[in-house]
Amino acid sequence: MNIINFTPISAIIGGMIIGLAVVIFFLFNGRLVGISGIAANALSEKKNKVDNLLFLLGLVIGPIIYSVFTKQVISITISNSLILLIFAGLLVGIGTRIGGGCTSGHGISGIGRFSLRSIVATITFMVVGILTVLIKNFV
Amino acid sequence: MNKLISLISGTIFGIGLVVSQMINPEKVLGFLDLFGSWDPSLAFVMIGALIISSPLFHLIKNKEKPLFAEKFNYSNNKEINNKLVIGSALFGAGWGLGGLCPGPAISSIALLNINSIIFVVAMFIGFYLAKFFKLSI
Repeated sequence: MNIINFTPISAIIGGMIIGLAVVIFFLFNGRLVGISGIAANALSEKKNKVDNLLFLLGLVIGPIIYSVFTKQVISITISNSLILLIFAGLLVGIGTRIGGGCTSGHGISGIGRFSLRSIVATITFMVVGILTVLIKNFV
Repeated sequence: MNKLISLISGTIFGIGLVVSQMINPEKVLGFLDLFGSWDPSLAFVMIGALIISSPLFHLIKNKEKPLFAEKFNYSNNKEINNKLVIGSALFGAGWGLGGLCPGPAISSIALLNINSIIFVVAMFIGFYLAKFFKLSI
């Protein structure tokens, strides 16, 4: 193992901003942020539909506001293998619904309130994620 | 008012994903590449989020009710079962393949990147399949 591209300061500050978003949602609306749940329910459930859609809209607006104010272009590197992306998307969609949460719901909201269930989920998806990358690098 | 809060909260979350660079799948895959070239940043993002959220959760939940809603509304499911582990494992596999989880994937639609849009469409099909086959919790 060698450590590269480590950006601790922006990671901590960005993480604190994410934590602030989660706290605001809880303090005012009484709900815990879990993006897989919000996204899945936004389309399929009547309850909180508008709230859920607005939260998702906010997720998309956030990067635009950042770019406008900082005049920085956000660049990302993403796989261009169509089959891999579709397969990964299906797994993330199905898996987060069976497991009841994703990085935000289990990893931040759940661990934040010391839920053992969420700790188990987070360790599971991190270990499998690490193993998947390990295998992918060999293939 | 709670509609406005939903929009604001989502927006702040999206800004956090950009500042922390977690919107970039390459950073996430760097974290998951523990046995190769490791980028620990994602762990620091989680620590940053938990420093803020954890103490405040515990203060807020003792209040009678949230400011703009009738009551607190979150799952208190404590069950650790096969579904939790299998679902999380499937998610972990998809996360490791693409480097995208639901939040960053949806935020990256803002960049009009065709590959992230394809991923998001597939993810929503996954949500639908889980519901259709009654696999959701």
